[in-house]
Amino acid sequence: MTDADVIVIGAGPAGLAAASRAAESGCSVLLLDEQVAPGGQIYRAVDACPPVVRDLLGDDYTEGRQLTERLRASGCHYVAGATVWKVDADGQVVYSVNHQAKSVGGRFVIVATGAIERPVPIPGWTLPGVMGVGAAQILLKTAALAVENAVLVGSGPLLYLLAVQLLRAGCPPQALVETQASAQYWRALRHLPAAVRNFQTLLKGRQWLHELKKAGVTRYTGATRLRITGEDRAASIEFFCGGRSHSLATDTVLLHQGVVPNTQITRSMNLDHHWQEHQRCFIPTLDNRGATSAEAIRVAGDGAGIVGAVASRLLGERVALHCLIEMDLVAAHDGAEMQRTLQRQIDREQSIRAFLDVLYAPPAIDQQVTDDTIVCRCEEVRVSDIQRYVDAGCIGPNQTKAFGRCGMGPCQGRYCGLTVTELLAAMNDMTPDAVGSYRIRSPLKPVTLGELASLHDTP
Amino acid sequence: MLRELHDNNTEEFSIRFDGQEFNARQGETLAVVLLRAGENQWRETASGAQRGPYCLMGSCFECLVSCDGITRQACQLQVEPGMEVKRVAPPMDDLTEHSADD
Repeated sequence: MTDADVIVIGAGPAGLAAASRAAESGCSVLLLDEQVAPGGQIYRAVDACPPVVRDLLGDDYTEGRQLTERLRASGCHYVAGATVWKVDADGQVVYSVNHQAKSVGGRFVIVATGAIERPVPIPGWTLPGVMGVGAAQILLKTAALAVENAVLVGSGPLLYLLAVQLLRAGCPPQALVETQASAQYWRALRHLPAAVRNFQTLLKGRQWLHELKKAGVTRYTGATRLRITGEDRAASIEFFCGGRSHSLATDTVLLHQGVVPNTQITRSMNLDHHWQEHQRCFIPTLDNRGATSAEAIRVAGDGAGIVGAVASRLLGERVALHCLIEMDLVAAHDGAEMQRTLQRQIDREQSIRAFLDVLYAPPAIDQQVTDDTIVCRCEEVRVSDIQRYVDAGCIGPNQTKAFGRCGMGPCQGRYCGLTVTELLAAMNDMTPDAVGSYRIRSPLKPVTLGELASLHDTP
Repeated sequence: MLRELHDNNTEEFSIRFDGQEFNARQGETLAVVLLRAGENQWRETASGAQRGPYCLMGSCFECLVSCDGITRQACQLQVEPGMEVKRVAPPMDDLTEHSADD
């Protein structure tokens, strides 16, 4: 039974654009958002954010209000606090609000659940006081709280963005410990000419670095042998840089090595995915409509491969447009013209991607972890454990579940999946594509028996 | 650990976590309330290691707490006046020892 023409999951830039576009053309749209207000993570709390925080986060953040305003004007049915825990390939979506489960069917389901942080498995990363860079941004956006005296560790533009945001908030980071090696700068140069098409973004990045330099924020680059120490919370971070060891005392370490697509929903339906080497992650295999190997399931935004906020919005627009063409709500001729315009904008946004991906690629997994590093945080499975499984014949992630519960904890492999795939690939001398990823089963988030029961009570 | 950037005029109320009182405001998650108070060790693993929040966006499941008998992520849990939240029991390490009181 179809309850809506289009069901959109996720209210970040892709989901907001897709839902608005579809609703504006007159079809029935249901937007399911796990958060309490639209914006996803990048524009989190953008409507409620106090002026002092809006000012330090700048236009790149506040422009998210255009998207939330558009959503409200579009006529889309928006549901906040909706945790989606099952999606079927035929377009049936099960979600819960306040522990009440509901099942709805859509002719199209647009999965726009975006990205999650790439896990950064280094010794000591599970100590309290160690969080992702994204977590610090969420504290700024949702609670106007700035992390003090933090050490930012890893690589990627978000590291610099957060550093600048904290600096502007009066809480300059103690230091940046960056893992990109100098060789990566040379390899990335090849992609710089293409990136120049997106010169505003390049300039912005340079401005951030300049701002940090002016403020005297220490940057260590090419850092290796990272280790966070502490008895039962983070106390210091040790690393090797410039030919010698360093140790910085801190109770807060913020890790970041890029973001990766959140593919829990698409993998739970066993849709086709493939390993994308230059971003070192699995992405759903899509056609030019954004359709997966299941006709009703479409993907837009970072969940299809990391493209950033602006391109995510454009992709959300494009995927919705294809649905509208298929529903005969937009004439094919007009649709084709709009597609071409969108594609030009997407291409321009994407021109910087290769440069960033190469420059800030994280180190190979086997160069970053030590034997005692925890791989599966939930079940406390370490690299040495994985090596034992491999010695006993384990070649796939799902086997690690059987060997030692790796990947069977509450996070359902979100924070260990990629690490396990890359470790098994290195240890078994296989490609990540051949190794594969964890089989994901619903419920995608924990549900109570009461919720399951309530599902069958509702008509 | 955390600096407040905004003079929030929202009314404050009390909530309890693990028997301790914390100041909370409408619209905050439990994670924010605890972190603001400098509290970041919320649960223990099976081996007894301390854990606290990591992602703050509902995907890492490190911030688990127990509210009304249901395990919830503190980063997704909106606080309400008089709320009483407990620590989750650590996963059982030794399945042979299990009393009716657990």
